[in-house]
Formats: sequence, C-alpha cells, structure tokens
Amino acid sequence: MANLNEYTIVEAAKRLRAHEFSVQELWDACSAASNAHNQELNAFLELFPADDTAIAAAQKRIDTEGDAAPLLCGIPLAMKDNILIEGKVASAGSKMLQNYRATYDATVVQKLKDVGALFLGRTNMDEFAMGSSTEHSAYGTTKNPHDTTRVPGGSSGGSAAATAAHLAIAALGSDTGGSIRQPAAHTGIVGLKPTYGAVSRSGLIALGSSLDQIGPLTKTVEDARILYEAIRGRDPLDATSIPEHLYPTHDAKKHLRIGIPRHLLTDGIDTDVLMAFDRTLQQLTDAGHTVVDVQLPMSSYALAAYYIVMPAEVSTNLGRLDGMRYGLAKRGETLLEDYVLSRTSGFGEETRRRILLGTFVLSSGYIDAYYRKADAAREVLRREYDDAFQTVDVIAFPTTPSPAFKVGEKTDPLAMYLEDIFTVTADLTGMPALSVPMGVVERDGKQLPIGIHFTSPHQTEHILFEIGNAVEKIHNS
Amino acid sequence: MATTEEVKKLAALSRISVEESELAKFTKEFDAIIAYVDAISTLKMPEGATGHLKHPLHNVMRVDSTPHPAGTYTQKLVEQFPAREGDALLVKQIIQHG
Repeated sequence: MANLNEYTIVEAAKRLRAHEFSVQELWDACSAASNAHNQELNAFLELFPADDTAIAAAQKRIDTEGDAAPLLCGIPLAMKDNILIEGKVASAGSKMLQNYRATYDATVVQKLKDVGALFLGRTNMDEFAMGSSTEHSAYGTTKNPHDTTRVPGGSSGGSAAATAAHLAIAALGSDTGGSIRQPAAHTGIVGLKPTYGAVSRSGLIALGSSLDQIGPLTKTVEDARILYEAIRGRDPLDATSIPEHLYPTHDAKKHLRIGIPRHLLTDGIDTDVLMAFDRTLQQLTDAGHTVVDVQLPMSSYALAAYYIVMPAEVSTNLGRLDGMRYGLAKRGETLLEDYVLSRTSGFGEETRRRILLGTFVLSSGYIDAYYRKADAAREVLRREYDDAFQTVDVIAFPTTPSPAFKVGEKTDPLAMYLEDIFTVTADLTGMPALSVPMGVVERDGKQLPIGIHFTSPHQTEHILFEIGNAVEKIHNS
Repeated sequence: MATTEEVKKLAALSRISVEESELAKFTKEFDAIIAYVDAISTLKMPEGATGHLKHPLHNVMRVDSTPHPAGTYTQKLVEQFPAREGDALLVKQIIQHG
C-alpha cells in the first residue's frame, strides 16, 4: 500500500469512503511528509496547524453521506500564497505583504471549504507571481523534487513541488503567462489554466488582471478535472467571471484533430524534448487521433506582446501597495518619501523591473507604439487561434523548450522570460490550456520530467481533459 | 537606447527608487527587454486590428444594494493599518496651513 500522502484525489476519496483510513490519518500523513521535506524543498512558506473542526466535519460528512459526499471532502490541499484564506497571511511571496492577513476568503477558497477540502499551508512563489522559477520569491527558492539543484519552475513552483513530492494531494496555483503549466511540466504533474473568467479571481492578489486565472496542479488529469469543477463558476464578486455556455459549445469526440504549429518548433527546443513530443504525437495517432499542421504566424510575436501587456497591468495593479493601509510601511520626512521607501523596501528586483517596464509602455509617447500595438497583436492572435479551431480540436506543442534548469542558471531576465514562450498564448487569447507529463529526458544523470501542452477553444476544458487522459493512458501503459 | 536618467525618471514616476549602484545594471537589462519587445512596435498589423476585440461579456452590472452589514470587516481592516487613531487611518499631513 502506498503512503497515504501519495494517493491521488480519486484514490484518497475512494479509500476514505471505504473507511480504509480516516480524514485525520490522511491529514497527518500529508502534514508529516510536509514537515519532513519542506526544509529541503521550501515548497511551503507556512504549514497550517490542523483545523480539528474542519477535519471532524469532513469525516462526519463522509460517514453520513458516503458516496454522495464531495470527492474533495477531507482532502488536504496546498494553496499558492497569493490566494486569500481568511485570517491567514497571504504575502504573494513578497516582503511587501509579509504581515498582511487576509480579511476574507477568495471565492475558490470558499468553494473548497463548502465541499470540505482542507488547507495544508501556503506555498512559495515568485514575488507577485512574476517569474518562472520561484527564484524571485522573497523567501528563498523552491527546489525541484526530481533534482534539488534545479528549479521547479514558477511562479506556482511551491504548489507544483508540494504536489509532485506528495506533500499535498493536490494544489491550487495561478497562471498569468504559464505559471501553472510550466511548473507542472518541470515537476512531472498536470497543470490546468482554465478559460479566462471560468474561475473567479475574487481574492486572488492581482498580477495582470486581463490574464490571471486560478487553476489546479494535480497528480492526474482526472484530479485536475475534479478540482476545476469544484472551483469554477460565475461569481458576482468578479465581473469578468463568465456564465455557462458564453462561447459556442463543442461536443466531445472520441478521436480528436490535433493541430501542430510546426513553424514555431524549428529552433530553440532541446532535441530530446522535440523527439519526446513527436513520439507522443505518433502514439496519439496510433490511438486514432489525427495530427495536422496549423499556421499561427502571430504566435512568433506573442511573447513580446505579453511582456508589454503584463508589465502594464503590473505597474497599475501594484500601484495600490504604498505602505499606507496595509503591508510593509516605511516612514520618511514626507508622504511621498513614505510611498517611495515602502515600495522600494517591499518590492524585489524583478517586481521593480516590471513596474518600470509597465510605466514605460504606458507613458505618453510610447503607449501607441507598445501597449496599444500589443493589444492589437493580442486580437490578431486570438483570431488566428479561432480560425485554426475551425479545422482542429486542440493545438499542441511542448510546454517548455527544455526541462527544469539549474538554480541560478538564468541570471539574464530575458532568458527567464523565454521560458514562457509556448505558454503565454493561452493567457493572451483567454483560451484554456493543459500541461500533461510526456516522459523524461536525462540531464547530468537525472531523469527530468517534461510536458506536452494543449490549447482548446474557450470553455472547452472537457476536450483538454479528453486529450490529457489519452496522453496519460499512453504514458502509463 | 535607454539612459540612466530615463530609468531614474521612470522610477520616480513609479514611486520607487533605484540605487546608484544598481542603476547601470538595471538600465542595461531594461534596454535588452525593450529591444526584444520592440518587435511589436514595428509589426505591420492586418487591416481592422484595433485592439478592441469584441468580447461576448460586456456591461456587467450588479444590483446597487448593501452587500453586507456595515462594520462587518471594519475591525479586520483597521487592524492592518500601519498607524491609526481609533478607527481612523493616520497619514502625514498633505496640505500645510498658513
């Protein structure tokens, strides 16, 4: 029998119902694993004490409702440090909010509490979700459980490492340019970025408001579906959340048409990653799916557009953090000095860099050439994807060009930004996207996981789960 | 090509400061990023691409009513204030009299 913390949501829920173990025992197993390994991995910034009332309530619900109890009832989850849990610190990986306690629950937290899920702790992340490695956290780097000399990806690196190392059964992260899918690929787990608006952003500390989405990091595709179903839905507290069937519906099919933008895969990708990608496509073809080429010319400009739109929104969103009402407060001679001292002391280097960049692209004289042009490119990109989805069901590429890199390897900010090259398009278009493990490649004698990435039309997460299940089946057989 | 003076000016607009010791590095990195994203500024867009993509969700309204009883969150919010006088947030005087 596996250690209890190694179970998936489905396995744990089944065994809880069969009374093979109790909610308390499952919590204790995850808590013990977290306490034993967190010093090495730095996945959690804080491990919460057991909530005896919530544990007892979850057990009672399983005992009384049996199979009718929600699958997440009694399941210990890890939560990214930018998702508010009432009464708990939510620092967004920043010194700026190191003393900030959430005054309310994020909508996703309320939904998870309603189904009886438990919260193990808050996970490490790049400051305000700006980064692809967790190296930009104010609280130290999270380590990749597959090779602790390497990063787990980011910004949801803590959530990914906690799930991959079986400290938690599953986790929530947030994705602005790939922050769920890239760490999922680097740690060998499943990561879903839902359709923009499918999941409420109420209670998520904002990075780029037109891009941000909360989503699951899980051990299996089915677990991702379960967690997604639990947190999604229109929310009066988030005016950008969307109702059911806002977009045209697409029926699930047994065999899918998979579009490959080969023109984007000609250089910059490790040979063995590309070989694993092609091998997976061949196996999908053998299983009855069809692979065709698609053209997405604007994708070549997607990363540049993203690094205009996102910093613009960052510079606006982080304007509220000024040391006045909450968070770090430094005091000088004048009110302006109070602002400058607080912001300079509170924000790390990458955050300050992106605020400067955002201020630049929004400034008079540059806004037309950069911000408005990037916004137009975003529109064209989305149209290209819409057109492509007239002939294919999903679009696929490797989640990242390479496996996880070494801690400290990428000191140049631009080199770090290139980590997001394949993932940013789904954030710019608002379409859902899924990363699923597609095997391993060897680096320095270590087997490192890599992922395959699928995008589908708005509100067609069910198609992603279908293709994700197909990949999982291939790699598990 | 960005200059250190321009970076200082952007920092002032952003209400942050960049130390003299890190200014040269910041400027160099800033320059490299701008050079990368500059591909967008010279990109020829197809006709009709305005950046005003029609979104199926628009004019989201909500009932203008009391969302929760007054005072529900007051104490929790006040506890976060760096400086306070009762329930009032204390900040430096902005307008000088006389």
